[in-house]
Formats: sequence, C-alpha cells, structure tokens
Amino acid sequence: MSENILQLENITKSFDDTDVLKGLNLSVKHGEFVTLLGSSGCGKTTTLRIIAGLEMPDSGRVLLEGRDVTNTEPNKRDVNTVFQNYALFPHMNVAQNVAYSLRLKRKNKQYIEKELGGVLSLVQLKGYEKRMPSELSGGQMQRVAIARALVNKPCLLLLDEPLGALDLQLRRQMQMELKTLQKRLGIAFIYITHDQEEALNMSDRIVVMREGQFEQIGSPSQIYNYPRTSFVAQFVGNANIIRGTVLGQKDKMVSVRIGNTIVLTQSAGYHLKPDRDAVFAVRSEHIKLAHCTDEVNGLCARVTEKSIAGGMLRIVVKLKDERELTAARFGIDVEFDVGDLVSVSWDAVHAVPVDVEEVGHGGE
Amino acid sequence: MAGNNSIKGKPYGHSLWLMILPLYLFTLALVAGPLLYMVILSFQTRAEGWGIVNQFTVANYINIFEPVYLSTFVESFRLAILCTVLIILFGYPFGYLMATLSPVWKKRVMMLLMIPFWTSSLIRLYGWIIVFRANGTLDQVLMGLGIRDTPLKLLYTYPAVVVGMVYALIQFMILSVYSSAEKLDFSLLEAARDLGASPVQVFFSITLKLTMPGLLSGVILTFIPSMGLFFIADILGGNKVVLVGSLIQDQLMKAHNWPFAAALSVALMLLTTVLIFLYKRITHTTELEGMG
Repeated sequence: MSENILQLENITKSFDDTDVLKGLNLSVKHGEFVTLLGSSGCGKTTTLRIIAGLEMPDSGRVLLEGRDVTNTEPNKRDVNTVFQNYALFPHMNVAQNVAYSLRLKRKNKQYIEKELGGVLSLVQLKGYEKRMPSELSGGQMQRVAIARALVNKPCLLLLDEPLGALDLQLRRQMQMELKTLQKRLGIAFIYITHDQEEALNMSDRIVVMREGQFEQIGSPSQIYNYPRTSFVAQFVGNANIIRGTVLGQKDKMVSVRIGNTIVLTQSAGYHLKPDRDAVFAVRSEHIKLAHCTDEVNGLCARVTEKSIAGGMLRIVVKLKDERELTAARFGIDVEFDVGDLVSVSWDAVHAVPVDVEEVGHGGE
Repeated sequence: MAGNNSIKGKPYGHSLWLMILPLYLFTLALVAGPLLYMVILSFQTRAEGWGIVNQFTVANYINIFEPVYLSTFVESFRLAILCTVLIILFGYPFGYLMATLSPVWKKRVMMLLMIPFWTSSLIRLYGWIIVFRANGTLDQVLMGLGIRDTPLKLLYTYPAVVVGMVYALIQFMILSVYSSAEKLDFSLLEAARDLGASPVQVFFSITLKLTMPGLLSGVILTFIPSMGLFFIADILGGNKVVLVGSLIQDQLMKAHNWPFAAALSVALMLLTTVLIFLYKRITHTTELEGMG
C-alpha cells in the first residue's frame, strides 16, 4: 500500500483556451483532512472533478493509492463525492439514494440493510428512510449526500463546498460533525471551501489556491502564522500588507525602513538581503495604536474610519503616504476618534515577510 | 388578507363564474354535445339506403367483433405499436440530445422542427409520394448510388405508411422528451457515475426514470393518433393498408352506415381512454417507486 492515498502530478486543464489549472502537484496521506481554499473561479472544483474522474486533465497524472487512474472512468475509482447541490436522486427516497451504490454492486439484502442502518445512524438520519429528498431540509439533504457517499467505504471522500447552502449556525454544527466523522472513519477528505474560518477549523492541511495554482500548502497554523505570499496573508485572515526596504538582518530580526521610520519584523526563516524591497504582513489584531502629538515619532497615521465587524472593532488609519492600515480589537469602546493622530506599531514577531523571491524556507 | 379575496372571497365570486360560463357553454355545445350524439347514434339502427331509424340496438357493437372488422382493429393496433416503437427509438435520443445543446443550437433545432408545421400535413404527405413512387426521388438516389439496380417501388406499401406515420408524429415525441430532459439536472448523472454506475446503468436508473413522464406523454401523443390517422394510410398505402380510421371513414362516407361508424368511433375512444388510464397508473408508480 502506498503511503499517499492521492497524488496529483503536474495537472493542467484548460477550457476554451483559458488555462484553468496550471500544473498542480499534491500528495494526500491516508486519513488526512485536506482543504482546498480559494475564491470562486480559482479552479478548486475543477481539481476535485479531475480527482473524481468527471473531468480529464489535459496533462499530468492522478494516482490513487499509487495506481495511475488518470484515464479510469469515475465509476471505477474508489472515490466518492459530496456534490455542492447534493445531487440527490429526486425519484428515490432516502434509503434508495443511500443504497444506490450498494445495489449497483448487487450486494445482498441483509448486507444492504445492515450498511444502510449503520451509515444512517452515523449521520443521525435513522427513521428517515422512506422520506423523499423533497421532504428534507437543507441540513438533512446534506447528511443524505454524505451517507450516500460514505456507504461505499471509499478510500477518499471529496466534498465540494458541502456546507455552502446552510445557514451559519447549522454550518458551524456540521463543521464539527464532519470533522468528528472524518476522524472516526479515518477516511481521507478533500474538502473545498472559500471560507477561511472553515478551512482553519477543520483541516490537517490547507491548500490555498489562486488562479489555477497552489499558492501555499501547509498546516492551518503555518498558513495562518507564516503566509508565504501577500495573497495568502490577505485571503486567510485579512492581514495588512506593508512595503519597505530591508536595512539588515540579525538572527531572526529584520530591520525595515518605511519612509523615514525604521521598524522591526521577524525573518520567518528567510535570509533577507539589505537594500532590497521588502513586503510583510501584519494581522489587524496585532496592529497597536497610540495617541501621538509628534508627527516625527514613529509611523504616524490618521484615523479615518471605525466600524464593527465580526465582534471586533475595525479602525482604519491612513499613513502619510496615503496607504491604509486596518487595526482590530475586541469591544466597541476605543479611545480614538476619526481624525485623531495616532502612532502605529507592532511586535516584531507579528510582522512576517511575504512574497520573498529568494530561495529560502518560510515557516519554522 | 387582500390577496385571498380575489380568489375565494365574495367580491369576485359571481363575476368569475360569469366569465367562465361562456367557455363551459362553448365546450358543452361543441365537444360534449357531438360526443353524446355519437354515443346515441351508435345504439341506433341503420335505415335502408340513407340515414337512421330511431330504434335501440347493440348490433353495431356486436358487428365490430366480425373477423373482418376485428382484424382491422388488430392491424391498426399493430401498426400503431410499430410506429410508436420506431418513434421512441428515433425521437427519444433526438429530444434528449436536443436538451443537451447550447441555447443557440436549441433554438436552431427547434426552428427546424417547427418549419414543417407551417405547411399542411396533407401537402407534406404528397411530398412523400414524390419520394416513394416508382422511379421517384428515393429510387433515383438508390440506383444512382448503385445500391440497387431496380426501383424499390415503395409507394402504396406497408413500409411507406410506417414512414409516413413516423414522419407525421415524431415531433410530438421529440418535443415532449425534450421538455422533460431539459428539466433534468445533469449533475445527477455525474453523481450516479461517481457512485459506481456505468453509462448504461446511469441511463436506466436515472436518465430514463426522470424523463419517463416525457416519454410516456410522447407515447400517448403518438400512439393514439397513429390508430386513427386514416389519410396517411390512404395516401401512402393506397387501399392495401386499412386502419380503423379508414374503416370509420368508409362506413360513414361510402357505406353510409352511420351507426356502425359511430360504434367504431366509440370503441376506438374507449381503447384510448384505457390507454390514458394505464399511462396515469404507470407515471404515478414511477414517481413513487423509484428504481426497481
């Protein structure tokens, strides 16, 4: 048995002369929960369809348990999909939907009864066997779709934004349930979402996708704490992107000049050369603001906007060079008013270099 | 609620009935009336030579079971089944594939289907005479291509009638399958493939089941008329192929046996009703039972 359940090798795909996927490489281990995170149109669904066999790559190979399945029909792959719109068969009841693949395999009645009962209690739908899909709520349809895909005991389950159509509360609950289910079954999941919170909550590894390429692959904490690029930093957690010039590096500290101010950032494992442009990311919750009267001291900015979002107070400040930064803090009481002059700072460990072109090693 | 008044409430109650009334009267006078008269007529006795005598009899119905007439029924039934099978074989894939076309091509194909309707079906049938007659278009093409040495002389044969019937009725199958296939969610077919179904299994367990209402209404729309389209058999079959439709026409126009013609019509109608009843039962069960 191969160590990797799935391997993608240099997958490319184009539709009508538009390159949708531009050379994807990925390995997924047994029992791993991998999330493809990206905005709509970045090619994540196409990637999933290629793994399922519903789409053919233009070039590259798909390996399942070390076996090349690039040209294998979808019905002959040991992979099942939970579709975005659930795709439940409207002319079959819950039991018939779930048992569909078992009937195709001509399993005997006792076996089907047993598996059906097991998988339905797994998704907490016991007693719903005779319901038609039209009689189910969104969350229930979701569970049927998952049960239908799991009853086959696939080695890999693909989920295409499975919680996209559910309301926020149900989505949170289903996130937890799915994660628990995945751990219990030990089946590898490839999960598509555009919701960074969902990705950070559930995944063993996150693959950030952008315009048909994998921008960064890493654990949630790697992705969150050490974004490799400004895109990742902004997409996962809305970080501020700050530009300056490298002055020098000592151990893990880098000094960067912004205008006529010198700030410190961490190195994130890179070796940054002096006099080069530097781009680094600072999350809004790590931006510190203080009243200041002297425009010369530190990074000075003016408060331009205050608003509440996601239980946090967002304070937008404008630097002298017109660039905007966002700071966030808990609570809605804050000592700053729009128009106030403030000094901006952060702890060096919270400023992470991104978009570093040198061959270096990001992360720890 | 204001909205309810317009439907159930009193203010519009009477005027609504007044508006619908002419429609009911019209239907009663022009559809139910003649139908009822036909049923009455079928129980009356034929007069010597011309017209009818007002005398109750069931002889007309017993007459249907005369081998000559019964065989006409059987023959019509056979032809209708053959035509319907052919129409399914050609019409179903056509209608289904049409639903998978891009919107632009859908419009174009729909146009091509509709254009023949602008001409009377009788005139279109005469077109087939030109194609089928000895040394007609078909024979010239076949002989020109060297496929045959002698003319096929298809006109006034059974196959010519079948082709005419299929041609005249296939649009109904295509359009009703199309309308049903257009509503089909194609991701269901992918889901079935993903769950391990081969293309053939997907077709029988999902595609066919979900387009069954369209297929069955197509069958009703083609089978029933093909029992009665006497002019096609007349024009393309000469008098070699006699169908119930032709029989009724002959009894009415040539033999002047109106009561018998009426009895034949009622019998045909009953047969049709039974078929529609069966159709309802079948569609109902497919909706409930799912895969068998």
